[in-house]
Amino acid sequence: MFRYVFRRLISAVPTLLIIVTIAFFMMRVAPGGPFDQERNLPPEIEANVLKAYGLDKPLVEQYLDYVGGLLRGDFGPSFEFRDFTVRDLIFGGFPASLQIGSMALLLAIVFGVGFGAFAALRQNSRADYAVMTLAMTGIAIPNFVMAPVLTLVLGVYLSLLPVAGWGDGAWVNKILPVVALALPQVAYISRLTRGSMVEVLNSNYIRTARAKGLRESIVVNRHALKGALLPVVSYLGPAAAAVVTGSVVIETIFEVPGIGRYFVLGALNRDYPLVMGTVIFYAMLIIALNLVVDLIYAWLDPKVRLE
Amino acid sequence: MNIMRKLRRHGALAGTIAAVALATTLGSAQAETVLRVGNMGEPASLDPHYVSGTWENRIVGDMFLGLTTEGPDGKTVPGAAESWTVSDDGLVYTFKLRDHVWSDGTPVTAGDFVFAMRRILLPATAAEYASLLYTIKGAEAVNTGKAAPETLGVRAIDARTLEITLAGPAPFFLGQLTHYTAYPVPRHVVEKHGKEWIKKENIVSNGAYVLDEWVPNSHIKLAKNPKFYNAASVSIDTVILYPQEDRTAVQRRFRAGEIDVATDFASDQIDWLKANLPNETRIAPYLGIYYYPINTSKPPFDDKRVRQALSMAIDRETIVDKVMKTGELAAYSFVPPGTLNYGEPSYTSFKGMSQADRVARAKALLGEAGFGPDKPLKFQLKYNTSENHKRIAVAVAAMWKKLGIDVELYNSEVKVHYADLKQGKFDVARAGWIADYNDPQNFLYLLETRTGVNNYGRYSVKAFDELMDKASLTADLEARAELLARAEAIAMEDQPIIPIYYYVSKNLVAGHVKGWQDTVNDIHRWRYLSIEK
Repeated sequence: MFRYVFRRLISAVPTLLIIVTIAFFMMRVAPGGPFDQERNLPPEIEANVLKAYGLDKPLVEQYLDYVGGLLRGDFGPSFEFRDFTVRDLIFGGFPASLQIGSMALLLAIVFGVGFGAFAALRQNSRADYAVMTLAMTGIAIPNFVMAPVLTLVLGVYLSLLPVAGWGDGAWVNKILPVVALALPQVAYISRLTRGSMVEVLNSNYIRTARAKGLRESIVVNRHALKGALLPVVSYLGPAAAAVVTGSVVIETIFEVPGIGRYFVLGALNRDYPLVMGTVIFYAMLIIALNLVVDLIYAWLDPKVRLE
Repeated sequence: MNIMRKLRRHGALAGTIAAVALATTLGSAQAETVLRVGNMGEPASLDPHYVSGTWENRIVGDMFLGLTTEGPDGKTVPGAAESWTVSDDGLVYTFKLRDHVWSDGTPVTAGDFVFAMRRILLPATAAEYASLLYTIKGAEAVNTGKAAPETLGVRAIDARTLEITLAGPAPFFLGQLTHYTAYPVPRHVVEKHGKEWIKKENIVSNGAYVLDEWVPNSHIKLAKNPKFYNAASVSIDTVILYPQEDRTAVQRRFRAGEIDVATDFASDQIDWLKANLPNETRIAPYLGIYYYPINTSKPPFDDKRVRQALSMAIDRETIVDKVMKTGELAAYSFVPPGTLNYGEPSYTSFKGMSQADRVARAKALLGEAGFGPDKPLKFQLKYNTSENHKRIAVAVAAMWKKLGIDVELYNSEVKVHYADLKQGKFDVARAGWIADYNDPQNFLYLLETRTGVNNYGRYSVKAFDELMDKASLTADLEARAELLARAEAIAMEDQPIIPIYYYVSKNLVAGHVKGWQDTVNDIHRWRYLSIEK
């Protein structure tokens, strides 16, 4: 097992390097540069600015400089947010994204799996249709619609919760972003769980378990659910990475000081180091979480062996 | 308390929320007065030499105090300089500094100003906005690396006397000094900490507020500077600025009472706002122009008749009344009316014509230029991604269609858009300009040949350039205004740009915020405001 983990981590290095390389050059192919703006810079000043950031060097040299910096743990300065380095921004913002994201994920797993199993056990009943209709609605209504509606109702009309803001991390400020972020995930996970649960409940080993005369609660909780969770677990890896690195929509609407906005802002501003930093960070998270998923998978499914 | 009553009905969870909410309210209900502002942008920097946005100006403009500064009504008033004299030829300004200190107690000296102005102009500083100081003698040469910083026309005669020599007479110079490019920076701190001087633990400033906290993407907190020379007159203790850009989300926060001032709102909300928040909604003329530059270097747009036709066919009244609806004014000049050091702007000749006559005339002009039903004019209209730009572009395309013009709308993100404009890769495009200082020259120079990349349409007409040159050497205000008006008249006849509307500033200001005045530069320093409980 440890050898397996070690091997996986080693094999991540070339993957990361490829990602860094592709991202670096793709970013540069995009038209427009970091200093193109309404007030275009006089050529001499533009030259000064480009020189200050090493952007006057040949692209390959810039690439080597960048990779060299990475090896020393230096992600470079942000072009847009000049008072901060990319490292400051990512490590400063990640805790907020992580908190919101992991709470939303937890909420999504608990309710998603709960609703999904509930519906599967009452397949084709009214309760099933009701839950699944809700789930479909949840998937169909995008965040950028749901979040304003939630704030309007709970924040503006009922004055129950803050409309936006981080409030130095007070938990009342986190409720709405967490719920808004979790809702589509709840919907998706419940559909996923229901689907695989229905399949598992019709499988031979469940029939065997029932034939043995096991109590229904044991059949469902110990046998069926474990099998039914496999697709959910494999979905959770990338979903977790996406959720904990922050959502642009949620962070913008609720003013969460996370890192979700940096990727989009960085790309729009042509803030090359910031985009690279978020890409690398995101890639590392995905690699790590996929590894975790594989480990959980092996534990859930005896057919999978990690060697 | 209304909130409490509602909460009781919502059971245990709500009870807990109420307790927290109440605790928060009580915590801030002490003597300290706090102003919470929806600032519409995360600052790129707090170093005055690296900022360029209005949202940054709303922060640094109350942290630093220039030689002159904005009064409560936006007009130029003495700032760090208490008085000054100007030489007869209008070239040499001698400022007497106020006896005041940085927030760490160190005196502010003329040397700090010399240091700051040299710093922003040094090529190594790579300050994007440095060219604004080219009014000062030697500034351009220093900035382009052709001369040493010591040659700059700024010198300290003694600790409290500063002498600035200009490259040419500039009646707007005192107004220009209110701009953040001309703020002093604390030499002793910058030299000690280098780039890190702006960090909270190092920064000192000479304005009404000091930086207390900066959490990126969350908020910036400014605390009253007890060492500010006029601290006694500053009423608000703490200003918290939220960077949120989503106009409708900010509006919801404003409605919920979470912020006191929102520095913008979405145009499409105007009907709702006028009906529901009429007293809080502030709309005022703003020194800016929304316009379409035309690429005059590219046929058929090198033909004046084509440009005139395009301009005439646009029904500006429809755009401001039906599309924008936020009180913008239809524009027939490049310089907005009400600009200082200027009389009435020079309007386009067709301003007095009815729209039907304009369309007829436009058709005739296009015909003269060789375009008609069998040879329709085809081109691209570029705009940067934004709901308003799109709505206007669609409306304009429909108006041009009446002349038989076939327009392709092309939108791109802002960086790509301006890169295209810079490289002249466009036919007709969307652009906007907000004045940096209140003077017609700040608009008209955009059409000078020597302006280069910011003269997007590459308009180049000798008579225009000569008048601008002459104006820049004229100290007499009336004669200068006359020359500038003549230059503008040439441009309005040639229509290298299509003026569409003059901007308005849009703010939401809560009723308990006192001292707010509508200003043409949309600058409202927090130090002049107060909160009435």
